[in-house]
Amino acid sequence: MKLSFSAEDERFREEIATWLNQNLTGEFARLKYRGGPGDEHTYPQERQQWEKKLAEGGWTCVGWPREFGGRGCSIEQQVIFFEEYARAGAPGRVGHIGEGLTGPTLIAFGTTEQQQKYLPGIVAGTELWCQGYSEPGAGSDLANVKTKARFDEASNKWIIDGQKVWTSLAHESDYCFVIARTDPDSVAHKGLGFFLVKMDQPGIEVRPIEQITGTSEFNEVFFDGAECDASDIVGAPGDGWKVAMGLLGFERGVSTLGQQMQFQNEFDQVVALARENGSARDPVIRQRIARAHTELKIMRYNAMRMLSGQSGSDGSLQKEALIYKLFWATWHRSLGELAMDVMGPECEILEDAPYELSRLQSMYLFVRSDTIYGGTNQIQRNIIAERGLGMPKEPRMPAK
Amino acid sequence: MDFAFTEEQEMIRDTAAAFLAEVSTSEAVRRAMATEQGYDPELWQRICGEMYWQAIHVPEAHGGMGLGYIEVVAMMEQMGRYLLCSPFFATVCMAGNALLLAGSEEQKSHWLGQLCERGLTATLAFNGGSRIWDASSITATYRRTGDAFLLNGDYRYVIDGHSAELLVVAAREEGSEAEEGISLFLLPADSAGVGRTWLPTMDQARKQAAIQLSDVSLAADALLGEAGKGWHALAQVIDLAAVALAAEQVGGCQQLLDMTVDYTSERVQFNRPIASFQAVKHKAADMMLQTEVARSGVYYAACVAQEALVGGELAAELPEAASVAKAYSSDAYFAVAGDTLQLFGGVGFTWEYDVHLYFKRAKSSEHLLGDGAQHRERLAALLLDQENVS
Repeated sequence: MKLSFSAEDERFREEIATWLNQNLTGEFARLKYRGGPGDEHTYPQERQQWEKKLAEGGWTCVGWPREFGGRGCSIEQQVIFFEEYARAGAPGRVGHIGEGLTGPTLIAFGTTEQQQKYLPGIVAGTELWCQGYSEPGAGSDLANVKTKARFDEASNKWIIDGQKVWTSLAHESDYCFVIARTDPDSVAHKGLGFFLVKMDQPGIEVRPIEQITGTSEFNEVFFDGAECDASDIVGAPGDGWKVAMGLLGFERGVSTLGQQMQFQNEFDQVVALARENGSARDPVIRQRIARAHTELKIMRYNAMRMLSGQSGSDGSLQKEALIYKLFWATWHRSLGELAMDVMGPECEILEDAPYELSRLQSMYLFVRSDTIYGGTNQIQRNIIAERGLGMPKEPRMPAK
Repeated sequence: MDFAFTEEQEMIRDTAAAFLAEVSTSEAVRRAMATEQGYDPELWQRICGEMYWQAIHVPEAHGGMGLGYIEVVAMMEQMGRYLLCSPFFATVCMAGNALLLAGSEEQKSHWLGQLCERGLTATLAFNGGSRIWDASSITATYRRTGDAFLLNGDYRYVIDGHSAELLVVAAREEGSEAEEGISLFLLPADSAGVGRTWLPTMDQARKQAAIQLSDVSLAADALLGEAGKGWHALAQVIDLAAVALAAEQVGGCQQLLDMTVDYTSERVQFNRPIASFQAVKHKAADMMLQTEVARSGVYYAACVAQEALVGGELAAELPEAASVAKAYSSDAYFAVAGDTLQLFGGVGFTWEYDVHLYFKRAKSSEHLLGDGAQHRERLAALLLDQENVS
């Protein structure tokens, strides 16, 4: 058990840090610290340019194998990449869904044709993806998908009808991966298909959702006779759930170290503010800041444990990985509360009318979504208890 | 970066767990805790003779196994799980570290030799009765008399203080304050002028004593480290002990979680195992979260502690790492113990079930060497106070 990186990895750290230092300048300088979660609506065009810039430097898809256009970095190097990326304040990636979810899914489950058709655009930073999982009736009960896909023999295409919701970046994206029911008589996780759908077509309409922050980064996506080619289903009809769950497993936690660096930036801002406005002398605030610091510090080493350990060969997560989402989401939510309490009554005053929030105000409101999306805290606790501790499932109502 | 136990470390941990499952049963713990001494001397001799745990991180040159603090932490986690009643913590993680960090070659050779060869028992006494375990808690004093030292004063909360053969005591030069003027001394417990009183404790599985020094005269060779400059070493010793104690707390959390899952899976109410109710599952999930987070914090602190012992590059991070681990683990252990008691329901309130042994250990270890609030205040000072920014 040791904490240090090898000399070779430290050289890699210097390489990426130098590249960022030299390239996150000029027109890109204003993107610093922008475009992360809660701020994804900002600078969409400029961040697409930045994605291409990254690609030119060979800094997209660093964890993908070289044969698929990636950089073939080790886990350690990926950790370093995400840490340095966040440390430099480089902007939220518009390509993260393609790089983190679509790509690994196609590498694992896709045909050679699908890989050749879709991977190069992700690596080049030119084609953006969004994900179509949640539906109005499929939130925590994710398998309760109502969106339908039927195969039309005449046109040799799949025809998709239904609605997805909470789709971030939908209006910027070129493609969406969609889970839809291929067997109309099926229920729950059986009879689903996983589709690769082009966004720019008459059968798709995107409507932004105005959020608690007054801004919109999530959308509703309506499918009304939307089409995709027969070759654009990943796996067989009926395999959709398996592919979708495999996809969730690809989030191995490497990028979480970058997320933590972002948390560190926010935490540092709270500390600076506390020192500045005198709340650092309040014993209760001191305890809360120290608690946040303690848990952020441990979060890093919990992630290190996740990355150093071996997941089960069946794709099962280790215990420290199972608790991770519940841990960071809850931590981040309380950081938002702490930020407001450090500000005191000043936390009410906006930057500008009609509803211009400061970064900390925006963070405070946005982090309420952390304990809801990607499995609510309540769903996370079910998963931990059932998979991590082997406790029995809640008896279910029979499907109607 | 490889933040996981090596195969050898896993083997040490698993061997310890298997041995403890056999020797530190509920009956054995209850037998030992009912005595004033608080441990079974035959078991201690077996641990020292067969398992060689007392020698684990003592350098080979002094007769030890030459392993590191990560191994100590792995063992402490298992001892916490099985509530082992033994002089290990006070001897190895307190007095032993003081000798390793501050002892002369001669002192190390003699006392660590005794430890490795025959399982000498020892402890550390510094706190005069304060809730804050820092330099200001040291109230015992010393006066130089030629080459010798004359010690007077009291100590409380001394782990195994009534039974240990060797005392490492901290005292301050008369008139000194805070971190100045502190010295460490090696004091055989049977020396003239040493009074020792067993203090009955709520957590009976860990014994505490009060120690009174009345004109105890010590020769120059009893001084551990440099006269008047002992705080730096002592602070490190306290931090190393806090890391070991945090590991013990993680082991306790794990045991409670396992007990809770077993019990709630068997206990049937409303025609269902109560483990199938979300109200129960969600509490258990929170217990697992706290256990795993505490464990990640302790393993991090163990790596830093190892570097501190050998003067590695992360050595300066020891105060922060120790406070992070002790603060989180203390709170986690008490929360997990309280939830366990709640989920066991009525039987958790009985003397017969073991829950109360852990519930009591959670509180005693929380306050030993500083509770969560004290360690958080120490972290807050590092983060927030201008004068403390290095």
